[in-house]
Amino acid sequence: MNMRVEDHPILGVLDNESDGVRVVVDGEALQARPGEVIAATLMAHGRSVFRYTNRRGEPRNLFCGIGRCTDCVMTVDGIPNVRTCVTVVRDGMVVETQRGNGAWGRCDDGR
Amino acid sequence: MTAVDIAVVGAGPAGLSAAIEGARSGASVLLLDENDKPGGQLFKQIHKFFGSREHRAGTRGIDIGTQLLSEARELSIDIWLNAEVCGVYDNNELAVVVNHSTSKTVRAGAIVLATGATENAVSFPGWTLPGVMSAGAAQTMVNIHRVLPGHRVLMIGSGNVGVIVSYQLLQAGADVAAIVEAAPSLGGYGVHTAKVRRAGVPFYTSHTVLKAEGADRVESAVIVELDKDWNHVPETEKTLAVDTICIAAGLTPLVELGRSAGCHVVFEPTLGGWIPAHDSYMETSVPAVFVAGDIAGVEEASTAMEEGRLAGIGAAAVLGYYGADERNALSQVVWNRLDALRSGPYGRKRREAKEVLLRAGENAT
Repeated sequence: MNMRVEDHPILGVLDNESDGVRVVVDGEALQARPGEVIAATLMAHGRSVFRYTNRRGEPRNLFCGIGRCTDCVMTVDGIPNVRTCVTVVRDGMVVETQRGNGAWGRCDDGR
Repeated sequence: MTAVDIAVVGAGPAGLSAAIEGARSGASVLLLDENDKPGGQLFKQIHKFFGSREHRAGTRGIDIGTQLLSEARELSIDIWLNAEVCGVYDNNELAVVVNHSTSKTVRAGAIVLATGATENAVSFPGWTLPGVMSAGAAQTMVNIHRVLPGHRVLMIGSGNVGVIVSYQLLQAGADVAAIVEAAPSLGGYGVHTAKVRRAGVPFYTSHTVLKAEGADRVESAVIVELDKDWNHVPETEKTLAVDTICIAAGLTPLVELGRSAGCHVVFEPTLGGWIPAHDSYMETSVPAVFVAGDIAGVEEASTAMEEGRLAGIGAAAVLGYYGADERNALSQVVWNRLDALRSGPYGRKRREAKEVLLRAGENAT
C-alpha cells in the first residue's frame, strides 16, 4: 500500500526518491525518504501496528506525533521504547514491532 | 558550562521571535530545541495566516518559518538542536541533554521559555486503536512527511485546528467523512470553516464520538447526538465507515519547565489550563525568567510571535541592553499589534483571560 502524497496542490510534486534510504522493518526492507521519522515510513507503507501492549496485547501506533505520549514506541537497532514519531530514519536501520516493554537486543554496530 | 546572555527554550514561532528580538539588542542568544529541525509547528502550517498585513496575514506559516530562520541566521543566533532542556535550576542554569547522550549546563542571564503546548486527548471506547490520533499528528504526516494517515477521516472538534487540518487532509487526497462538534455551534473562523463546508464535508454540531471499532486499526466510528446537558440522545447513533479518527479538542500549555523554575502558575481554562503568570513584558514571578507563545496561554502562531518579541525585548532590558524608556517604547509597538489580534468576538475572550494572567503576574512580581 502506498500512502505517499505524490502530488499536492500547495506543496507540489514529491521529489524523486532515488536517493532514499531503506529501513528494515520486521525483516522487510522499506523505502524511506531522507529526514523523515520512522512513523512516517511505516505509515507510508500502510503498516498500522507499531507495538502490542504489555498486559492485553492491544495494538498501538501514532497518537500525539510530537514525542510526548510514547504510544508509538518500537524497538530500533536493538533499543526498545524508541519514539518513532520523533526519530529520524537512517539507512540500514532495523525496526521491530515491539511486544510489551520490549527487550534489549544486540546492535549491529556492537554498541 | 556554557554561558550566554539569553537562553531561549523552544524554536517555534515564539522562541524564534524572542531569539531574534533578543539578538537585535546586541545580547548573545542561544536557542535550544529538542527536535532535529527548528520551526516548531510552523512548517506544517501550509495555509495563509489571518489578520492584517503587519501580522503577515496572507502569508503561509511555512514561509513565515523560512523567513524567521533566515533572520536568526543573519543575526548569528546559536541554535542547538536535539537539545532537551530537562530542568531550570537556581542562578538561571539549564540542564540540557544533547543528542540523547551528552549532559550540558547552560547559564543564562535571562531565560525565555517558549515550550509550546500539547494536544488534548478525548477518551472513548476504541480510542487507543491505531488510526485514532491527534489532529496535529495527522497534519505533520500529510504536510511535513507527505504521508496520508488514512483514506477516510472523522474529525472530532470544529475549532480552527479541526477545520484547518480537515481541509489539509482533503488537499492531500483523503476523504473527510464528517466533523463532529460537541457544542451546539461551530468553533473555527468562518474563512476556514466555509472552505471545508464548500468541499461538501458534513458538520454535526451537538454530536460526539461514542466509540471506534476495528481489529488492528479503526474500521468504523459511531457518533451520537448530545442534548443541552451533554447527555447522549437515545437512538441517534450513526455509524461512519472511517479508517482514521482525528482529535482536535484543544491544547494544554507545556509548563513543566516553568514549574521547574519555580514560576507562580494560575489556572485559566480559556487559555488551556495552568499557565505561568507574567507581566506585560512576559516576565514570570521568577526574575529574568520569561514565557512566550502557547506556554503563556494557548492562542495562535501570530500572537505567539508577538509575545516572543515582547519576551526578547524584556529579556534584553533585564540585562541592560535596553533602558526602561527604550523597552517601553519597543514593547508598546508590539502591544498595539497584539491588541489588534485579540479583538473581535473570538479575540475578546482570549484578551479577557490574558488580562487575568497579567493581573496575577503584576501581583506576583
